[in-house]
Amino acid sequence: MYVAAIFLPLIASIVAGLFRHVVGDRGAQIITTLSVFASAAMAVVIFFEVALGKNPVTITLFSWIVSGEFDVSWALKFDTLTAVMVLVVTSVSSMVHLYSWGYMSHDKSIPRFMAYLSLFTFMMLMLVTADNLVQMFFGWEGVGLASYLLIGFWYEKKTANAAAMKAFVVNRVGDFGFALGIFGIFVLFGTVHLDTIFQMAPEYADASVVFFGIEWHAMTIICLLLFVGAMGKSAQLGLHTWLPDAMEGPTPVSALIHAATMVTAGVFMVARMSPLYELAPVALATVAIVGALTAFFAATVGCVQNDIKRIIAYSTCSQLGYMFFAIGVSAYQAAIFHLLTHAFFKALLFLGAGSVIHAMSDEQDIRKMGGIWKHVKLTYAMMWIGSLALAGVPFFAGYYSKDMILESAFAAGGGVGYFAFTLGIAAAFMTAFYSWRLLLLTFHGKPRADEYVMSHIHESPPVMTVPLILLSIGAIFSGWLGYELFVGDADVRSEFWGAAIYLLPGRDTIDAAHHIPTWAVLLPLVVTAAGIALAYVFYVLAPSLPGKLAGAFRPVYLFMLNKWYFDELYDRIFVRPSMALGRALWKGGDGAVIDGVGPDGVAAATRDIARRVGLMQSGLLYHYAFAMIIGVAVFVTWYMINAG
Amino acid sequence: MTDLPLLSIVTFLPLVGAAFILLVRGEEAVVARNARNVALLTSAATFLLSLGVWAGFDNSTADFQFVEQAAWMPQWGINYHMGVDGISMLFVILATFLTPLCILSAWEAVQKRVKEYMVAFLILETFMIGMFCALDYVLFYVFFEGVLIPMFLIIGVWGGARRVYAAFKFFLYTLAGSVLMLLAIMAMYFEAGTTDIPTLMQTPFPYAMQIWLWLALFASFAVKVPMWPVHTWLPDAHVEAPTAGSVILAGVLLKMGAYGFLRFSVPMLPEATAYFTPMVYVLSVVAVIYTSLVALVQEDMKKLIAYSSVAHMGFVTIGIFALNQQAMEGAIFQMLSHGVVSGALFLCVGVVYDRLHTRDISRYGGLATNMPNYALVFLLFTMGAVGLPATSGFVGEFLILTGAFKANSWVAFFAATGLILGAAYMLYLYWRVVYGKLEKEDVKAMLDLSPREIAVFVPLILVVLWMGIYPNSFLEPMHASVSNLIENYQAAMSVVDDGTALANR
Repeated sequence: MYVAAIFLPLIASIVAGLFRHVVGDRGAQIITTLSVFASAAMAVVIFFEVALGKNPVTITLFSWIVSGEFDVSWALKFDTLTAVMVLVVTSVSSMVHLYSWGYMSHDKSIPRFMAYLSLFTFMMLMLVTADNLVQMFFGWEGVGLASYLLIGFWYEKKTANAAAMKAFVVNRVGDFGFALGIFGIFVLFGTVHLDTIFQMAPEYADASVVFFGIEWHAMTIICLLLFVGAMGKSAQLGLHTWLPDAMEGPTPVSALIHAATMVTAGVFMVARMSPLYELAPVALATVAIVGALTAFFAATVGCVQNDIKRIIAYSTCSQLGYMFFAIGVSAYQAAIFHLLTHAFFKALLFLGAGSVIHAMSDEQDIRKMGGIWKHVKLTYAMMWIGSLALAGVPFFAGYYSKDMILESAFAAGGGVGYFAFTLGIAAAFMTAFYSWRLLLLTFHGKPRADEYVMSHIHESPPVMTVPLILLSIGAIFSGWLGYELFVGDADVRSEFWGAAIYLLPGRDTIDAAHHIPTWAVLLPLVVTAAGIALAYVFYVLAPSLPGKLAGAFRPVYLFMLNKWYFDELYDRIFVRPSMALGRALWKGGDGAVIDGVGPDGVAAATRDIARRVGLMQSGLLYHYAFAMIIGVAVFVTWYMINAG
Repeated sequence: MTDLPLLSIVTFLPLVGAAFILLVRGEEAVVARNARNVALLTSAATFLLSLGVWAGFDNSTADFQFVEQAAWMPQWGINYHMGVDGISMLFVILATFLTPLCILSAWEAVQKRVKEYMVAFLILETFMIGMFCALDYVLFYVFFEGVLIPMFLIIGVWGGARRVYAAFKFFLYTLAGSVLMLLAIMAMYFEAGTTDIPTLMQTPFPYAMQIWLWLALFASFAVKVPMWPVHTWLPDAHVEAPTAGSVILAGVLLKMGAYGFLRFSVPMLPEATAYFTPMVYVLSVVAVIYTSLVALVQEDMKKLIAYSSVAHMGFVTIGIFALNQQAMEGAIFQMLSHGVVSGALFLCVGVVYDRLHTRDISRYGGLATNMPNYALVFLLFTMGAVGLPATSGFVGEFLILTGAFKANSWVAFFAATGLILGAAYMLYLYWRVVYGKLEKEDVKAMLDLSPREIAVFVPLILVVLWMGIYPNSFLEPMHASVSNLIENYQAAMSVVDDGTALANR
């Protein structure tokens, strides 16, 4: 059953993709959706057996690559961390599969879409069940491929193709770091098998290695390299540029891949490698700082965007930042807990946004919406639930997990902890603000769309709203249900996690987070309320205020609107120089220098010499005489030098 | 094992087929049909027989197997000596595997001088197989140089518009290297008194001589790989060669140089190898980055893939000279993988070239709409070239980089940037050809893959996935020979270390 849960989506993907003419649109939908639902059902059983039943297992399938001491197998490892991830992936994926029936109903290549979705699900499951780093890399690149295919699904759109390629290449930059990290681990430990590495790690706690001509603390350099990979996949500051563009893909894709699952792979990977990160305090501090900066940065950008999907995309980026700084202060459990709750409410928000876009005849600009809540009441309610959960309003899912992260950062203390806490609080304020900005602009006020669009507004069909309702249950209850297990009292929590998360003895941030001053616990709630209030003032009470403010602080506004100019910067320093260099090397290096001196040069020189020799026989006496004198001069000089 | 001279049969069977085709007389259409059929049957039979070599191969030993020996020029001690070990055996399979697919791919593309084309291809096959099996230096040289003749003709006769320029460039480059190699052979013969390869492997050459021999061999092999900066013949040769010619050129001929390093330079000249390793690293890293950047701006599909070949072969030379188990097995694996993947990519180009008769990337666009099967096939091989896990390309690159990181982390660092650039140029190619809007009228009229084309691609797809998912079938035959090679190298180097230690005392 464990194997079937992972491989069913792959089989469904192959059947739906290759036999699309046989099974047809409906057949492809049924096959893929059923198989993912079956996987989800099995994932529930696995969760009970492995995580609650405390029964971690590893199933080795067959040998993959053997070369000397390098020995990897295809294997499925199930422990609490994996079980949680498998549950998240299959449950969100099954909702998205079902939702796509409605959302993609007008598309002309439904089987291809369904096949890609199932392929993605399989790759993601391989990633989270890997028992060695190379297989994790397989899943890692595999989800990258699926993401590439799905972002570029509407391949006739130029922007979609550009976004797809950008996503793949930027992710490759991250993978480059990940791969180097794997090589480093292999050189240090002589294996890439996770359990073996974790066992050996304490022996190497103080080991040092020489990479790139510099002597490093071994764990630090390895963890930093791995973190580069995580930054790429999870769109952390610096390597985040692909995520907003990825919104070119169909909305169900954004919900599944670019909100709930794939982008959290980096968080999962770092949590999985906790036995190494715990031994590398410098790397942990880096993770915390990058995470906190991303949480803050993405929130500022989210406040001024006008595309409904891009706002949610930046929100995702920001929330991933929260997860990373939780890890950075050793609150891995809080990070995974937030990963779980975030998967539900963010998928809900995206699918809700998709429902809005569907209703508005494919309009995505919130400036052209407004006043539609009466027409799409159910979607409206769902977006409220999603936003309440995202902002961390009490008793919705985000409240439990996000506040836990902020409390952990505060409890960890020190420069890094307070830095993360401060930026996190600021981001929480902005999160509430942009969430309500989105809600108010989209659903309230006067309609700003034209009459044609307004007259076509309709609530989505049940095949789309049922997944929304199911996800909203997760967005409401998952925090409350999971709190005790994931981040509760020490004994319950440690029993739940088992050996899946390793903490240095004596370091228990989560425990410390339960004992922080009351004001620090209440502060996130206060800023959330303030953020909501500000959005209400800006977009209901005094709608002219935002425009005046943007005018008064135009440079700041433009800076935020243009996403801190990262894309422009990268275009200037990477993309264009690479192209220019390529052209220069091609025409100059290959054409002029190598061919010029080499084959063409030899051929040309031969012709040239023959021609000159011919010219020299000019028949003029003084030419010959001149040549003779030079010859004599050279000869004499040479003789004198040798003699002297 | 039987007493049947299996290697000789595999090697010379294509020649028999070629002779048979030459005997065919009659109307042109009939001759063409018969020539095609005979060539396909012969090469298919050769492939099946060569599988017998794989089946009978003993993975546990590093010795040469299926050895055959007969006197050839006894007065100089030159013999007809054939045999394969774990390094060469799979290359034989690669050559016999690709040839029938090439012949099938040229079924309709080649319409003039079909008979001669098929003859040239079969002779080419004989030379290729012979080169990988030869265990006598002179015999090796005959096959090694012999390969050039049919290839030269294939480019020069059936090639594109600038075929003569390309053919001569190809010939000039390789000739320069060959002359030096001939000198090296003579020098080695005078020193060791034999041209027997296994014997030469045991012969220690003096250090100064090793340096010169190494350089002479390097001149020949580096051109064939091709390494930067002697790679410029390759893009031209590929662009002008007919599709099947490109497939064999990328698939098998590029492996000759790297095979030469593995068979001669490293085992026979260990000290010189150690001395020149930094140079090879530098040239390889430059090749990876330089040609990747150049590939990024190409407007000609074949040129782009040709440049990507140079980059991929840069990985191979890094792997060979990193001199540890993972890197070297990775290098051999990468060669096999590149043979299949780049061969397949050239076939993909051939498919659209046959329909539109241009290699200009900007003339295409939107093929995913009217050629969905082609889009899928092309995607798969693109991913193979990019080195996506579960395709053959990943295993080779990953092993090479793992080993290279052990040997020199800077080299691995720079080479690994090729992973990023490789993704960039391949996806950019794929985008421009397959994605986008289907707007041009003539592109709209293009038909999806024919059953014959599918028959060509299916075996390649299966092999790429097989090599990616269960690469051990291919790695296992290598283990013994590669570890033996590395042990011998290390033994030779430790002798040198002792010697210098003694001298310093």
